Amino acid sequence: MTETLTAQTPAVGHPGSPADAASSASVGPKADIVFDVRDLAVYYGAFTAVHEVNLRIRPNEITAFIGPSGCGKSTVLRCFNRMNDTIKSARVEGRINYRGVDLYGQNVSATQVRKHIGMVFQKPNPFPKSIYENVAYGPRLTGMRNRAELDAIVETSLRGAALWDEVKDRLKSSALGLSGGQQQRLCIGRALAVQPDVILMDEPCSALDPIATARIEDLMQELKATNTIIIVTHNMQQAARASDRTAFFTTEVNGESDRRTGVLVEFDRTDRIFANPADERTEAYVTGRFG
Amino acid sequence: MEDVTSPVPSPELLQDLVGVSGRRKIKNLVMTALMVASVLVITVVLAFVLFTVISKGWGIVHTKFPHWFTDDIPPTARRVGPGMKAAIVGTIVTTMTATAIAVPLGIAGAVYLNEYGKLNPFARLLRFLTGVMAGVPSIVMGLFIYVFWVLPRQQEGLTGLAGAFALACLMLPIVVRATEEMLRLVPQNLRDASYALGGTRSRTTLTVVIPKASAGIISGCLLAVARAAGETAPLIFTVSVGAGAVRNTNWNVFSGPNTALSLQIYSNAKETVASAQDRGWGAALTLIALAFLFTIVARVLSARLSKKTQ
Repeated sequence: MTETLTAQTPAVGHPGSPADAASSASVGPKADIVFDVRDLAVYYGAFTAVHEVNLRIRPNEITAFIGPSGCGKSTVLRCFNRMNDTIKSARVEGRINYRGVDLYGQNVSATQVRKHIGMVFQKPNPFPKSIYENVAYGPRLTGMRNRAELDAIVETSLRGAALWDEVKDRLKSSALGLSGGQQQRLCIGRALAVQPDVILMDEPCSALDPIATARIEDLMQELKATNTIIIVTHNMQQAARASDRTAFFTTEVNGESDRRTGVLVEFDRTDRIFANPADERTEAYVTGRFG
Repeated sequence: MEDVTSPVPSPELLQDLVGVSGRRKIKNLVMTALMVASVLVITVVLAFVLFTVISKGWGIVHTKFPHWFTDDIPPTARRVGPGMKAAIVGTIVTTMTATAIAVPLGIAGAVYLNEYGKLNPFARLLRFLTGVMAGVPSIVMGLFIYVFWVLPRQQEGLTGLAGAFALACLMLPIVVRATEEMLRLVPQNLRDASYALGGTRSRTTLTVVIPKASAGIISGCLLAVARAAGETAPLIFTVSVGAGAVRNTNWNVFSGPNTALSLQIYSNAKETVASAQDRGWGAALTLIALAFLFTIVARVLSARLSKKTQ
């Protein structure tokens, strides 16, 4: 695993885009690590879903998690905003430091964590409310009542999600009337409205067509200037196009049982993972010989 | 040029793709006929009930209109003519009070079961007990309230409130069941969306889960109301001494005995004189109309809400 923070490589598909320039400027040699993951393991009951995960997520970068089904990439992602707390049998071991704070520390509240670390899900899941109410939901949770403030934050968030021009004349109509791609961008806008530091994306494009996917990927490049993004994807081209760094997970057969446990194989700059991976399992996966 | 030709269909393939065998066709016909017949039987029974009640009840409801709705019940069975206001008012106030008790409790219980307790032992026990409660005969609910609420208070215990308690016991399991079912249908990904924005469980329940389920919850509750409005047995020991003994309007559920449409049907049907029997039919018609009204309100409300949330 390389630890060179100075050698900031632009994303493969977007060389020299403005977002990259901004992030390279902000990420100096002393950039703060956003997530420091040490010996993370997640269990569902007695079953080990994923273990031996060690990662450092850098700020203002897009980190992609790739790997075959069942390798635990979504499970690890859901540790970053403690969404696994909602699954009763899930148990987390090891340590995740978020900007120096132990995420699973004693007095750390999962609800508060999620205000800093937003999430976009695989299937667009807008609330059955108006477009406006969807975006205003997060700010309202924190007690914002002022109409003018809410109006402003709804507009900023929808602009941030590259959706404003398409919906500004129908903010009061139901979010469920939007197309799948628009719904997903609305979900991104809804996440932006609480002004998160990190945005986690769990296969955000798997339910979308190629055009909608391209729009989300462009949007990710723009968001990079202000946010750190971690994206789980099944689509290797997407990881290659859109991410700065890539973590490859795979599955190993457990000793005692037949069940498979996920493990992190390699974490490196995206161009190296795809052009010159250190581990042969990574090479087999990215060249399509496996998975 | 072309290396493929349009083939002539082989008889075997044609037979295989076209052939629905004669037996299949007969089976299809028989099953369709059976289903149509059962629909007809149901409809005929319903139509017959409606026809009888309307034809026998309409006269007294509409002669000297609107006296049926504005006059108290005549003091003797023998006296001819309308007046059912006491029972209409009694049914409305006791049912509404029962609703005010059972609906909040039932919804809160269902929220506990589906959002908090889930599959824990206590929730499982509650779910089981709710099932048991749903199976308790309504007269037993009446007796229960009679023993624990009415008897300790002697004459003062016989009120619309006591009747409402008994009706609420009856409605509670229906409301819990219907609400829990509707909450279960709310997709988990909506809850996740709220959690991911920093929503707490209570906030998520109040602002996402219940609104999403509201259409179904309301129609479930109103069906429970319609059911309670038609009940006789829970009221027999709780609102007055002797079914249908009260003939004067009592808007106050907290004091004084009361009556209800169902009780008037029961007591008037036992009378030998036509004047009383007419009032019984009139009460039956009024009750059916009331239940019908509830159902329509339920449909309209839930259609409107589901349009907003689907």
